[in-house]
Amino acid sequence: MKYMLMMNTPGSGPYQIASWPAEDIKAHIAFMMRFGKKLSAAGELVGAEGLSGPDQAKLVRAAANGEPITDGVFPESKEFLAGYWIVDVDTPQRAYAIAAEASAAPGPGGKPLNMAIEVRQVMTGPPADWTP
Amino acid sequence: MIPRLDNSAQDRLRDLAPQVLSVLLRRYRDFGGCEDAVQEALIAAATQWPARGVPDSPKGWLITVATRRLTDQIRSDTARRLREQLVVSLIPADEQIALAADAAGINERDETLDLYFMCCHSALSTASQVALTLRAVGGLTTGEIARAFFVPEATMAQRLTRAKQTIRSAGTAFPELTPSDRAVRLPAVLKVIYLIFNEGYTPSGDQLYRIDLSSEAIRVARLLAQLLPEDPEVGGLLALMLLTDARRAARTGPNGELIPLDEQVRSLWDQKRMTEGRQILQRALARGATGPYQIQAAVAALHDEASSTHETDWGQILALYELLLRFDDSPMARLSRVIALAMLDGPAAGLRALDGLESDPHFATSHRLDAVRAHLLERAGHRDEAIRHYRRAAQRTTSTPERNYLLLHAARLNEHGSPVVAP
Repeated sequence: MKYMLMMNTPGSGPYQIASWPAEDIKAHIAFMMRFGKKLSAAGELVGAEGLSGPDQAKLVRAAANGEPITDGVFPESKEFLAGYWIVDVDTPQRAYAIAAEASAAPGPGGKPLNMAIEVRQVMTGPPADWTP
Repeated sequence: MIPRLDNSAQDRLRDLAPQVLSVLLRRYRDFGGCEDAVQEALIAAATQWPARGVPDSPKGWLITVATRRLTDQIRSDTARRLREQLVVSLIPADEQIALAADAAGINERDETLDLYFMCCHSALSTASQVALTLRAVGGLTTGEIARAFFVPEATMAQRLTRAKQTIRSAGTAFPELTPSDRAVRLPAVLKVIYLIFNEGYTPSGDQLYRIDLSSEAIRVARLLAQLLPEDPEVGGLLALMLLTDARRAARTGPNGELIPLDEQVRSLWDQKRMTEGRQILQRALARGATGPYQIQAAVAALHDEASSTHETDWGQILALYELLLRFDDSPMARLSRVIALAMLDGPAAGLRALDGLESDPHFATSHRLDAVRAHLLERAGHRDEAIRHYRRAAQRTTSTPERNYLLLHAARLNEHGSPVVAP
């Protein structure tokens, strides 16, 4: 079963990592690289992407004529999607364990960030024995 | 263990792809069908040759197998019955019995060349031009191309199918190009090859199962240089890619982090590639028709020759960028000129020149201007302003390694420049 693990960052301004000390940024990047390689080597990684910052994001709606209307993001947003992993695992517990590992990524001073990782199961096609 | 072709044998096999495809196209015209057939013949060769040995005439073998696949495909597909009649009618009666497998026509070179032009047809999107070139000219499988661009194989297969449909509906099954047509269309081909190279040069994601696009671009350019040995810009592009690729091992650290030119360990540069690039460049320049790729290759050669950033001949690099602007007045060329100017006349002169680029709409959403400004401000001793621009550039770049580099640089500057860091 596939799960999407979404890493949320607080606020809608630039990523906070920009204000960390250099050693802490380095440790965080090295952790993320190791984490990705480990999931990939275990055959659990389906995909992972990092997203550019909230300040670059746009909200888009269709106007009456179908043309896009773009808007900046809401400044009052409390959380913002910074990136995600999709993993293919046998149990939801395994997905939670992977999420917990990501949550504990090192932050300032090397202390675990314990950030909230939203875990959502990815929907699948119809079951093999499904008959209408 | 299943025997496999080694890498150089695979490269040689793929080198034959465009030649085989052009032979098939001359006979059957149907680009989509011929392309699929060649692809299957290449796969058959990769699986059969290691066990049975490479045939005496590899090209003849591929043509025979691809032809068989093409006719099988047409026969088995009842919906294509009409096309079968068409194919049969296209083959001269004597060839319907036995195809002269390896018969080289007088125009074979031109026809192989025309494949490049077809793949870079102006009706196609850039992404399709790139994909089609890698498959039809480069002989890569759809799966390999898909992995190289981190898209699902089905998406890439669809992109290729649509590209072939576009070519068909544009009515240019296999155009008869004159030498002057080719000259006009050549820049589009060179651009696609350079795009492929740059895509491979930008480190991103999981490199493990990724086809090395930079090496593919170099291989495809070598094939093109064999077809057009006299063209100075083809030589220029090949030289530019070799001279740039020579620095590859020094360009990234163990965690994929970017290492800029002035911090690279120059002993890691590939001397063999540099020598080859320089020789190709010299031959191209000797022909006397200077162009943008030769100029950029000359800049790369000057970097490769220097033992440090300080030893680099920035005066000559500045002159080369000024020459480049006469051919190609692009925002990136103008920015490169400013960087060279700043190395020569100091950061203050560079910052003044940078102001002139501020109004260019190309830079409105780009991080490049901020990154260069940050660097010049740092050199001029304006630490806080430099940090601000490094961070702004980090926010704007879409390359993860580059963002990490910019963030780290800003953080280091923040720490080392100030005696007490506020908690």
